[in-house]
Amino acid sequence: MTPIISIHDLVVEYDGRRILHGLNLEIEPGETMVLLGGSGSGKSTLLRQIIGLERPKSGSVTVKGVDITHCSPAELKKVRPSIGVAFQSAALFNSLSVEDNVALPLREHTKLAPSIIDLMVWMKLAVVGLGEFGKLLPQELSGGMKKRGAVARALALDPEILVLDEPSAGLDPIVAAELDELILLLKQAFHMTVIVVTHELPSAFRIADRIAMLHQGKFITVGTKDEVRTSQDPHVRHFLDRIPEQLANATSVAAHFEKYLHSQETNQ
Amino acid sequence: MANILESVGNRTINELDYVGSLNIQLWSTLRAMKTALPLIGNRYRWQATVQQILQIGYEALPMVSLMAICTGFILAMQGASELRRFGALNYVIDLVAVGFTRELGPLLTAIAVSGRSGSAFAAEIGTMKVTEELDSLRVMALEPVEFVLAPKYLAALISVPCLTVISTLSGIVAGGLFMFFSTRLAPLVYFRYVLESVFLRDVITGLIKSVAFATIIAHVGCLEGFRVRGGPDSVGRSTTSAVVKSTFLVIVADAIFTTIFYFTVRP
Repeated sequence: MTPIISIHDLVVEYDGRRILHGLNLEIEPGETMVLLGGSGSGKSTLLRQIIGLERPKSGSVTVKGVDITHCSPAELKKVRPSIGVAFQSAALFNSLSVEDNVALPLREHTKLAPSIIDLMVWMKLAVVGLGEFGKLLPQELSGGMKKRGAVARALALDPEILVLDEPSAGLDPIVAAELDELILLLKQAFHMTVIVVTHELPSAFRIADRIAMLHQGKFITVGTKDEVRTSQDPHVRHFLDRIPEQLANATSVAAHFEKYLHSQETNQ
Repeated sequence: MANILESVGNRTINELDYVGSLNIQLWSTLRAMKTALPLIGNRYRWQATVQQILQIGYEALPMVSLMAICTGFILAMQGASELRRFGALNYVIDLVAVGFTRELGPLLTAIAVSGRSGSAFAAEIGTMKVTEELDSLRVMALEPVEFVLAPKYLAALISVPCLTVISTLSGIVAGGLFMFFSTRLAPLVYFRYVLESVFLRDVITGLIKSVAFATIIAHVGCLEGFRVRGGPDSVGRSTTSAVVKSTFLVIVADAIFTTIFYFTVRP
């Protein structure tokens, strides 16, 4: 099967600092790929490359056969409606009601009659469980409701790819679990390719078909849930077993301290 | 010495980068402006423009009028205290009318709009950047320049000249009140003098200035918002920077325009 997203030798640098080190990944149509990793591992940077918000130093990201890292802005504009994105902060427009937020891409990219748009907006909101909250402003919603509103807006144009950045971050376990179920429901109902960036293990193992785990800008494992669970890579084990890296390297800290004391004695 | 040269060089490059960014933004906005126009543009963009006109123009009306009335009084009183000594009190009318039409009306309006709306543009766009709203526009294949900037710029181009006219009239009325209370000069006589002393070229030069000031305020405010990096603290810094830079640039532009008009537009 032709992958819907292909990442080849992707290198990203900010101010000369390398964030992503030659990543390669292929995502099949209809699969749920979870990008897992700790803070600062490069998950969100990779996500911004996949959705075409930034251009890499080298390498490429191909979405539905279009190299979005080297294409023209016009070509990128054509690809974008096939990717729905829900950001970590939800990023709903505070000046618009929830239903206007969801209606925005429909009003801008389609010539549908207002009554049809209203109906479609209600359907999208109903799918995420916000059918009765469309008139409210984003600031009147709880954190979980805002995230669901962002998912509804991401679904507005019926994208083939749904990208979710830290959907359960900052939510209580029950609301986070509800969002996981919503993601599973969306995948089952619309057969979309879902990419989820998260560091929440229960969420990742609940929704993923495959997991790609990042550590310091490199994939340390890419595989099914079971393959990741049984991985013997030390960084994967630290992450899954929740062992702090600094604690794991306590001996090296002691060695550094001894070296420092020795250098002080030598100086005296 | 090398450090000083390096610092001056860096500063120069940064300033040139800023001016270049302003230019690029201005041209992109002009290209996107047709979408914000009524009838031929996008309906929702025109609605956003009308909303901005109300915020920039209508809501600033009391403040701008009051500032102009106070300044009109001050100018008339200061002028009268000197001109009275030479028996030329009637020249206070020329001073207030011409001064406001050519200079004070546009300048006072620009300073008020810069403080109110320039800072609001920077804060709004900066917050949108921090909360990823600008990114969400891009991923929905909507250009922030077209969606956010074009309505604001068009609204400023409509509101600032209108406010300038009102500010000028308020200042002139304040001068008339002063003349009435100090010399019992009848208001109708005062306005006849005003019409005799103000020419069409004075009105046009004032309006040209107001259009230029609207451009500066809208673009500096929006650029400061787009240049926000990091968290909410940088939104505060960009807001302050928007007011400082736009006020400074308005005064510089005013000096340039006044010089050009002084040498080219002669009675």
